[in-house]
Amino acid sequence: MAVTDSLSRAATVLATVLLLSFGSVAASHIEDQAEQFFRSGHTNNWAVLVCTSRFWFNYRHVANTLSVYRSVKRLGIPDSHIVLMLADDMACNPRNPKPATVFSHKNMELNVYGDDVEVDYRSYEVTVENFLRVLTGRIPPSTPRSKRLLSDDRSNILIYMTGHGGNGFLKFQDSEEITNIELADAFEQMWQKRRCYHFSFSYNELLFIIDTCQGASMYERFYSPNIMALASSQVGEDSLSHQPDPAIGVHLMDRYTFYVLEFLEEINPASQTNMNDLFQVCPKSLCVSTPGHRTDLFQRDPKNVLITDFFGSVRKVEITTETIKLQQDSEIMESSYKEDQMDEKLMEPLKYAEQLPVAQIIHQKPKLKDWHPPGGFILGLWALIIMVFFKTYGIKHMKFIF
Amino acid sequence: MAAAMPLALLVLLLLGPGGWCLAEPPRDSLREELVITPLPSGDVAATFQFRTRWDSELQREGVSHYRLFPKALGQLISKYSLRELHLSFTQGFWRTRYWGPPFLQAPSVWINLGRSSVMSSQGSSAPLSTSSTPPTQSLPLPPSNPWVWPMTLTTTFCAMLCCRGRWSAPKTSPPGRSSCPVVPRASLISFHLLQAGLSVLLKADRLFHTSYHSQAVHIRPVCRNARCTSISWELRQTLSVVFDAFITGQGKKDWSLFRMFSRTLTEPCPLASESRVYVDITTYNQDNETLEVHPPPTTTYQDVILGTRKTYAIYDLLDTAMINNSRNLNIQLKWKRPPENEAPPVPFLHAQRYVSGYGLQKGELSTLLYNTHPYRAFPVLLLDTVPWYLRLYVHTLTITSKGKENKPSYIHYQPAQDRLQPHLLEMLIQLPANSVTKVSIQFERALLKWTEYTPDPNHGFYVSPSVLSALVPSMVAAKPVDWEESPLFNSLFPVSDGSNYFVRLYTEPLLVNLPTPDFSMPYNVICLTCTVVAVCYGSFYNLLTRTFHIEEPRTGGLAKRLANLIRRARGVPPL
Repeated sequence: MAVTDSLSRAATVLATVLLLSFGSVAASHIEDQAEQFFRSGHTNNWAVLVCTSRFWFNYRHVANTLSVYRSVKRLGIPDSHIVLMLADDMACNPRNPKPATVFSHKNMELNVYGDDVEVDYRSYEVTVENFLRVLTGRIPPSTPRSKRLLSDDRSNILIYMTGHGGNGFLKFQDSEEITNIELADAFEQMWQKRRCYHFSFSYNELLFIIDTCQGASMYERFYSPNIMALASSQVGEDSLSHQPDPAIGVHLMDRYTFYVLEFLEEINPASQTNMNDLFQVCPKSLCVSTPGHRTDLFQRDPKNVLITDFFGSVRKVEITTETIKLQQDSEIMESSYKEDQMDEKLMEPLKYAEQLPVAQIIHQKPKLKDWHPPGGFILGLWALIIMVFFKTYGIKHMKFIF
Repeated sequence: MAAAMPLALLVLLLLGPGGWCLAEPPRDSLREELVITPLPSGDVAATFQFRTRWDSELQREGVSHYRLFPKALGQLISKYSLRELHLSFTQGFWRTRYWGPPFLQAPSVWINLGRSSVMSSQGSSAPLSTSSTPPTQSLPLPPSNPWVWPMTLTTTFCAMLCCRGRWSAPKTSPPGRSSCPVVPRASLISFHLLQAGLSVLLKADRLFHTSYHSQAVHIRPVCRNARCTSISWELRQTLSVVFDAFITGQGKKDWSLFRMFSRTLTEPCPLASESRVYVDITTYNQDNETLEVHPPPTTTYQDVILGTRKTYAIYDLLDTAMINNSRNLNIQLKWKRPPENEAPPVPFLHAQRYVSGYGLQKGELSTLLYNTHPYRAFPVLLLDTVPWYLRLYVHTLTITSKGKENKPSYIHYQPAQDRLQPHLLEMLIQLPANSVTKVSIQFERALLKWTEYTPDPNHGFYVSPSVLSALVPSMVAAKPVDWEESPLFNSLFPVSDGSNYFVRLYTEPLLVNLPTPDFSMPYNVICLTCTVVAVCYGSFYNLLTRTFHIEEPRTGGLAKRLANLIRRARGVPPL
């Protein structure tokens, strides 16, 4: 009896010791997790969605922007964190046969306007100046809160722009342009403000998507870290529109954004799809233009970046019933500061790429273009010139040449 | 006894000035109503009104508890010390000639910032008049940056307001009242309301597919008692919609709630103290059975509205018998016998405005005022706000009635200042009975600076509508309004003198083309000039400096060999 008693006592002691050890291991595991939790990437998401064209025949640009708005809202980013700029009002346009709607699929399948659209900048307010002011935070003090981009250095920002563009510029409202250099400078200003505290209009990571003709030229000049860029077409190519609707009478969407919308419709806040899938979204067979992307400025590998990191507002929530004793603030601050310093050292070579490499420009050799045989027009033109010459001056000149 | 002492002390404490923490929050009540009026032209007008009355002194107490009154508007009032605010957004035009005078009239966009004193609730006449007690303290002027609080309005109402010019104060309105000449191109994108009670019917896809829709917000203080010792704040949110009979009814004049709004009423709003639907059945004649309303109304309401006697069928949503039996209320109206196609009755006052002239330098602005009353003449106050880029020539102002010149009883003109202030023209004109009065003034169009043009300048520039205010004689004498009992549509512009009723009309906004430069011109000119200069100068330079040398032919070359081949074939000496 005594033996069993002692045995059972020993067993319970052993069990408690084991439990305690497990407990302590688990506790330290949770504290590690907590530390990890506080040091991980971004804490909030913002989106800036810009449509830069006005007039009824540019219906598709408004539909593009509204479909991205819809996806972004569905995946969790609230209206207070979205700055939506639409240069014209298509829903209440007198030429709209179905007022208060903007459709993205023909036969009026999907109304992307919905009941709760909040447009922050509309009509004449969508200008290059206002767009750059929103990005850099230099807005007049009377601007309402919903018109501000109040991001901080832990925000992931999605910037989507659509409209008419060319090699190195994007047209705003048929009257002004923004160049790729201005855009790159604006992003660099946002990056520089990282050291400031609280609502410093900076970013943690930035995803830039552009759907215009020759869109890839807009991201060629970026030089700030942590930017990933996608474009619907390369330099020299046009982005094409997708489908016209006979009832409404205009093209409803652009191809690239149409397929991006279809891709995003399958994403939910819990999905683990990564950026590499987004890069494959619109191959040349569907899009006719070649979508491009740029990831050299981005720290992480695109296959580790979730779609919901930018398109959704997925809060990291870990539920635990344990009490966690957090380390003192100074330790975490020190470690994060050290990390930043290390990051700085790592990032130095990437940071300031030459904006205007004058030496290169002066001494560059002309690009070798593919030789195309002269087309019918050129041949006809020259034949006409030669015929006129010989008719004027007489056929007798022929023999001095031959 | 010993226990009663601390109790008495407690009671005293409660009643004392320190008892604020136990005071009730100010009472507020919500009344909602919908009035459906078939118009003489066959269309159907629906007017929603949601009135929230809040017994609180916003500017004196620091209020932090908001229940029915929206916090955004309450903070706006207390921060900028507003006394009245009237804001309306309209798409479409109310055709007074065919539809008759409306209950609630609004131009395309108008902001009216009132700093007048309080309107008495005991039935003073038109709400533009001040009450007898002047304000005890002088209210501060609008802030030095006048764009601060309109910006807050833009977000509250999710609209774009483009204010051009300074705030102008018409002389005939009470001191301190100023209005902003708003360019009528603001667009209201969405509105958010609780989805219960009457607001169930408010769905954007049907409401924007109409001939006319107008949303308005009116905030004003009203007195709580006859001596006006305390005030309460009244917020009215209104929506007027005119459904085109052709689109909704497929040509027939029958209508139903489901066909108009694609929804039916299911339950009353739980926060509302009153929730009613009024249907105008004035043309209903018991004997002839011209129309049938389904479900049959339990009560009717008869009153003199806008000068004529009208009968309304009342459907009270708070009446449990109304909703219970079918769980949804779909009011329908069917015409048993099609109404005789008589000409619609012409309202006593209606107006029209247009621009005439040709070219892009000059023009003439004309307003036609129609008084169709057979024997009564009445005065009309005409207020015109014309933007500065149409330079008015006031010496060309002519007012003619029945062919003769009509001199206005009162005229006030404030000239425009370039880029700062628009023209303000106010006139009190006596309209003779059964006449057409033409008010015309000539103007010249100004050339704006390059950067002042909008991105789409060839669309044109808008001129705000003119405002006509008049006390129109009514056909039937009206009795004074009971504030608590009468429906909301009767108490917006209450009458004190039953022989006439107040009407405010807005004319059409005008679209005027200014001389617009060709914005592509500088680019084209530069290209063309550079090309011409290059060609001319280049040729000239070549002629002057080119010298010709005789060159020794070089041996070799494929072309030469080929040419020699051809020459040998021809029998000509080689090169």
